[in-house]
Amino acid sequence: MDQYTLNLLFVGATFALYIGIAIWARAGSTSEFYAANRGIHPVTNGMATAADWMSAASFISMAGLIAFTGYDNSSFLMGWTGGYVLLALLLAPYLRKFGKFTVPEFIGDRFYSPTARMVAVVCLIVASVTYVIGQMTGVGVAFSRFLEVSNFWGLMIGAAVVFCYAVLGGMKGVTYTQVAQYIVLITAYTIPAVFISLQLTGNPIPALGLFSDHTASGVPLLERLDQVVQDLGFAEYTAAQGSTLNMVLFTLSLMIGTAGLPHVIIRFFTVPRVADARWSAGWALVFIALLYLTAPAVGAMARLNLIDTVYPNGTAEEPIAYDERPEWMRNWEITGLLTFNDANDDGLIQWYNDGSASFADTAEARGWEGSELTVNRDILVLANPEIANLPGWVIALVAAGGLAAALSTAAGLLLAISGAISHDLIKGQLNPNISEKGELMWARIAMAGAIVVATYLGLNPPGFAAQTVALAFGLAAASIFPALMMGIFSKRVNNKGAVWGMLAGLIVTLLYIFLHKGWFFIPGTASFDDADPLLGPIKSTSFGAIGALINFGVAYIVSNATEEPPQEIVDLVESIRVPRGAGAAAADH
Amino acid sequence: MAETPSNNEYWAANIRLVTICLIIWALVSFGFGILLRPMLSGIAVGGTDLGFWFAQQGSILVFLALIFFYAWRMNKLDRQYGVDEE
Repeated sequence: MDQYTLNLLFVGATFALYIGIAIWARAGSTSEFYAANRGIHPVTNGMATAADWMSAASFISMAGLIAFTGYDNSSFLMGWTGGYVLLALLLAPYLRKFGKFTVPEFIGDRFYSPTARMVAVVCLIVASVTYVIGQMTGVGVAFSRFLEVSNFWGLMIGAAVVFCYAVLGGMKGVTYTQVAQYIVLITAYTIPAVFISLQLTGNPIPALGLFSDHTASGVPLLERLDQVVQDLGFAEYTAAQGSTLNMVLFTLSLMIGTAGLPHVIIRFFTVPRVADARWSAGWALVFIALLYLTAPAVGAMARLNLIDTVYPNGTAEEPIAYDERPEWMRNWEITGLLTFNDANDDGLIQWYNDGSASFADTAEARGWEGSELTVNRDILVLANPEIANLPGWVIALVAAGGLAAALSTAAGLLLAISGAISHDLIKGQLNPNISEKGELMWARIAMAGAIVVATYLGLNPPGFAAQTVALAFGLAAASIFPALMMGIFSKRVNNKGAVWGMLAGLIVTLLYIFLHKGWFFIPGTASFDDADPLLGPIKSTSFGAIGALINFGVAYIVSNATEEPPQEIVDLVESIRVPRGAGAAAADH
Repeated sequence: MAETPSNNEYWAANIRLVTICLIIWALVSFGFGILLRPMLSGIAVGGTDLGFWFAQQGSILVFLALIFFYAWRMNKLDRQYGVDEE
């Protein structure tokens, strides 16, 4: 059986499973559509949250980013897991006690202000839609690569599948589908990692293999990696390179953004009890950690394998000839994500850091006239099993896993968007007397609309695929998280404080991102570059933490300058602080 | 729910617990993983130092332990102060 048929078989079988589950679990009432009747066990919920959380960015992109940068990109690992501590300690149990369906609903009630609710809806939609665009782009690329269809059809097939189970199933369908997707994606991520760890270190656990001895050379794997990357003029893998301040702020932004992303928070509305909300966050992190503890090993080992492939006799000897390159390089050349350009016309693949001034003399002495190999960082995880010569079914499994990661996140985000529009905007503002059936219809229309927008923008990416994720996190960190936290931990913050705080955090963060990435991401309109940012070393991806501080500061000052919240709001805060009296559901508010 | 001394004590105990957990949270990630890494560079771990291990493995493991510890402690506090769900 050839690779194409195998890919088709694996991807097809997993999709049939997801759609089957979605149809089986079709939602009937609004309560079921959003929150699966609050009947979901913490372990199940944790697993679904993990699938919801780990998108194409975690599965396909992250290990590649770590591989090519090294220690500095540890921010992704700490940031995207550390946010769960904030969620579990500061938000999840209280939002579950509050017992409503959506994040804007909480903000609107706690800050007794329809304006606050609308501002929260705007924050939520902006953050979620931008996130979905990135996922749809990922879905399109993965489909077109593995099914060997054009990017257009890859995206269309992906959009149709997302539409089917998100629109028909609602939360309950999504929850069980996501459990299936988690199992597919974690298996797909772990199996090649175990094989490669065994090949390189003899240790079957990748997280331990990373700190073990490299079998071929007898020295520790990371020491070996540091050595070979420096032989080629690259920065030392395990050493810090960039600004410490930027690394701290970037990590903090990712953490706060994690705890502020509506599609993750919404998960904690779906557990039966407050106590379960606490356990749920822990279980989610257990399932996330399985991938995140493996990812740095995948990154380091793939980097080493890649260098060994290009320099089979060691970095001191000549690299391989282009004509003798392995099959996987030929495969990826077709996609244009891996390119070779024979700068010195010797037919060999010289790959080194031609941007390093201190390495220029060495390169010249060896007769090298520029690095000849360009490898897109996003192909590393997908190409990893091919680089390590693993069997065809492992390659097909990774394809199915990457698609599971992208699709599950897209579906979760779509649910958050549809909830905000049908529940907060239409039922909450425009037409409070809408029937349950009407509300459900609007939820589905909103979802379909969001899919169309995201698919369209995914087809014609405005040139910000990677920045999309940073924007979504920065915005969630700067707008939603501070409002939620102050709503629970302060009785003094009032409606005006919350509204001005959210607006200040949102607008300042947006401005900073637009100044560096271009206005509305239109190319050529940026005034600054992330290589030389406006404020010292602070890149636009790290600004969410500053935006959150501004939000807190403005809310505090404005609240203290204006009247205290009314007594019933103080009582509401008192009541969400204790678990007793948490109802089963609150559909009849 | 009316404000009672018992609730205030419960809330104070909760804040104390959250504060301790967040200090550990910041110490292992921003501390050991980033800012204090130079101080830990003498402790070798598999070809690199302890700070690198905390940045890529240790902090995640501590985060996990923190969440489960908090959930266990809080659920116990709920019962102790009689504010748990019946």
